[in-house]
Amino acid sequence: MSIRGDHDAVIVGGGHNGLVSAAYLARAGLKVLVLERRHLVGGAAVTQEVFPGFRYSVASYVVSLLRPEIIRDLRLPEHGLDILPLESTLTPLPGGDSLARWSDPDQTRREIARWSPRDADAYADFSRCMYKLAWALKPLLSAVPPNPLRPGVRDAKTIRELARAVRGLDEADFERLFKLTTMSAADFLSEWFETGPLIATMSASGIIGTFAGPRTPGTAYVLLHHYLGEIDGVFRAWGFARGGNGAVSESIASAARSLGAEIRTSAPVEQVITSGGRARGVVLEGGEEIGARVVLSGLDPKRTFLQLLDQSDLPGEFVKSIQRFRIRGSSGKVNLALSELPRFTCLAGAGGSLTRTPGEAETLLRGAISISPSVDYLERAYDDAKYGRFSRRPFMDIVIPSMIDPTMAPPGKHVMSVFVQYAPFALDGGWNRVKRDAFGDAVIDTLAEFAPGLRDIILHRQVMTPLDMQQQMGLTEGNIFHGELTLQQLFLFRPVTGWANFRTPVRGYYQCGSGAHPGGGVCGAPGRLAALEVLRDLKVRRGRP
Amino acid sequence: MSNLPDRSGVSAALPTPLHSRTGPLCRTSNWRRWSGFLAADSYEPSHHREYHAVRAAAALFDISPLFKYRLTGPGARALADRMLTRDVTRLATGRVLYSPWCDARGKIRDDGTLQRLGEDDYRLTSAEPTLGWITDLARGLDVSVSDESEGTAALALQGPLSWKVLAAAGARAIGSPRYFGLTRAPLGGVETWISRTGYTGDLGYELWMPADGACAVWDTLIEAGRDFGIAPAGLAALDIARIEAALPLVHTDYVPAHEALIGAQRSSPFEMGLGWAVDLDKPAFVGKEALRAETGEPPRWRFCGIAVDWDSLERVFSRAGLPPLLPHGAVRSSAPLFHKSRQVGYASSRTWSPVLKSYIGLAHIEASHGPVGTNLEMQITVEHRPARVGVRVVKTPFFNPRRKRATPA
Repeated sequence: MSIRGDHDAVIVGGGHNGLVSAAYLARAGLKVLVLERRHLVGGAAVTQEVFPGFRYSVASYVVSLLRPEIIRDLRLPEHGLDILPLESTLTPLPGGDSLARWSDPDQTRREIARWSPRDADAYADFSRCMYKLAWALKPLLSAVPPNPLRPGVRDAKTIRELARAVRGLDEADFERLFKLTTMSAADFLSEWFETGPLIATMSASGIIGTFAGPRTPGTAYVLLHHYLGEIDGVFRAWGFARGGNGAVSESIASAARSLGAEIRTSAPVEQVITSGGRARGVVLEGGEEIGARVVLSGLDPKRTFLQLLDQSDLPGEFVKSIQRFRIRGSSGKVNLALSELPRFTCLAGAGGSLTRTPGEAETLLRGAISISPSVDYLERAYDDAKYGRFSRRPFMDIVIPSMIDPTMAPPGKHVMSVFVQYAPFALDGGWNRVKRDAFGDAVIDTLAEFAPGLRDIILHRQVMTPLDMQQQMGLTEGNIFHGELTLQQLFLFRPVTGWANFRTPVRGYYQCGSGAHPGGGVCGAPGRLAALEVLRDLKVRRGRP
Repeated sequence: MSNLPDRSGVSAALPTPLHSRTGPLCRTSNWRRWSGFLAADSYEPSHHREYHAVRAAAALFDISPLFKYRLTGPGARALADRMLTRDVTRLATGRVLYSPWCDARGKIRDDGTLQRLGEDDYRLTSAEPTLGWITDLARGLDVSVSDESEGTAALALQGPLSWKVLAAAGARAIGSPRYFGLTRAPLGGVETWISRTGYTGDLGYELWMPADGACAVWDTLIEAGRDFGIAPAGLAALDIARIEAALPLVHTDYVPAHEALIGAQRSSPFEMGLGWAVDLDKPAFVGKEALRAETGEPPRWRFCGIAVDWDSLERVFSRAGLPPLLPHGAVRSSAPLFHKSRQVGYASSRTWSPVLKSYIGLAHIEASHGPVGTNLEMQITVEHRPARVGVRVVKTPFFNPRRKRATPA
């Protein structure tokens, strides 16, 4: 068997993490090849003109966690990355009222004070607390998880450094950190707040991408995960990439190419070639073999280990751990092309007890819109999913990208991105075209309760079920994070205890996707850290700055 | 969920109850946001006339954005006493006291005034929203805490002629309240609380009235003050006056303890020169244990006044071929202070004092370098380059006229 062994590194999967790895490896002077199954790069971070003139961020749709060091190292702004602010969150409520959180703290305080003056004060305290905790935990995002079972010198150093960060917390913060890692999002938030819609909307950050309800223990951590992002030095800031999230991937791909990496699309990898316990290259569907000193997989752990490898190459216990890794899909996505802006009852100035000025309404339409009127509402949505149904009235996280970047739709027209939860992968009876349409209808029907007339302005709708995300984007079970972000699957344990350092039981084979530390959310850290570990193993200096 | 108050103005910059008066006067549209309200920085292109009204005539400030809380009921006094570092129990009806309050670590959260309006009726002002914290503190006490920040408007009438204005406006009959006294009078037909207080270190009054009566009071004062040079004044003038009076400004001279990210950002009352306002003989108040422990050791920091040495200022500018360029107004950015090569503190507020003809500042200085008369150096920027000028620690308040405490007849 002949193998073209002319690559230093082959990367399976051209998602944002694979591209980040490619860029870092190429920067260090390695000959790098990225192999992407689809015709376009980006994985789940893609922008596509599904309907003429309207560009959808098909799956992933906002940016926050993308590591600043990656933006700096790869000079992504020079390659087209432009993150526009997403500053407010609007929670429409039944009956025409709404709760808004603004970029301005005084305005947010006043808004919350309508419900509870105490919550208004507590909100500032809560934000500071989360800021401090996020700050203490931030070093985790850039650290290679140590091996807790057999810590080496480097592991011990990492543990010391992380301990130092946490030591900076005072007793109260430390207690809260423990609560965050163990409690449910709703319970944790109820310790701070009494305003139902506020608790509900904030707890929604704890369930995104997770097969759990706001009252499920452990979801409080996912909440904190959403506070770890930063834009322009501001924690907890979320943004929208100009051109949609595909533009994030494109900018990384452009950086990688300019650093010398080769990216092949429509090049599906069938298997990783191993011999003597070592990865030697990959074979593409169709039989083409490509040799490499190292192989990185940006696919999720199930695919990285159970699909790309012959299982006889892995220890039995390891295979079992990967099989047990929880990757249940919980969400869907609906993208809409609209002939005009939707009219939310709560912004119309009629029927609600709070009148928004046209300017305020426009500001709020440039931000996030969260269909999360109460914790009960969210929990009921989860109840459906628990028993194998999609939520009849789901939680939705909505942005109108064309309000932020007008080029996303023809002038005067709009695109609407609706993240929908819950849509279980394991739907009772399985997903099919009829169920997909029914799911899309449930989304539109629910949304129309808050924005009547929505149906009349829909020019096109794209419904992505977890099955669609698995089939189109290779996300196993449609899980957007390559595995749930619950504590037992994070840091030391992501994806398997002892193998959180991006290596695998097969020498020369590395994991660089969101299934590795620190997880998903268009963060790029797994891709970067994996590349740096590869360079360490190959004893290559990190390359030009 | 229904019956929520209509709040058409959940906006980032609300007009105060006086906006229909201040708005047209603010010819420069030079607005600042103060706790989410529009507050004039200066009404005229320059703040000079407004500042001099404080020191030579009467200046009228809209201070409605202050937070105001009403504590009522049999437990009101106990609540205030639990909260403030000063002994509240001796505050008589019709009197006001200034006090900081601390967190459990004995570090300052905020400072403000407490007015005793009646037997079981107090009004507390604060710079930061504090309702949640006070409410928590009130547990177990028979007291009601209400936020009257938006329902109550406030004006500050400050300056040597302020009593004459107030008297002409209708307060003559009740007589001037004594320094830190409180009285009530109808002004322009509006029942107004008048406290003999202020943030300028001058003769002055603060007026508290229902928001819907604020414009009537304003109109009455402007009319009555015409013969006394009354000037609506903005925050720029106030900032200079309060530095001259050595009154600290939250977020500028200290970080509220609960908002600090690191311990070094927090200050105790002792470190802020407010040791006089800490009464350790009180049975209990928030931060007492920590503050008691602090008295056992010498303070690490002192909050001092500094004055820039003119000759050295002239020297560093002349080296650059320039005359000394003085700050145009109050400077709220920090300037490092050195003793020889070592940094021993920082000036947190600085200004040129027009009334004293001196470049002064408020500074945090390591205690050993804090005694009056100590010579230090302050780092400033001269023509884009760092330069050091001599400063001397001086007594505060910088400006302390007799009329500050006077009770004019």
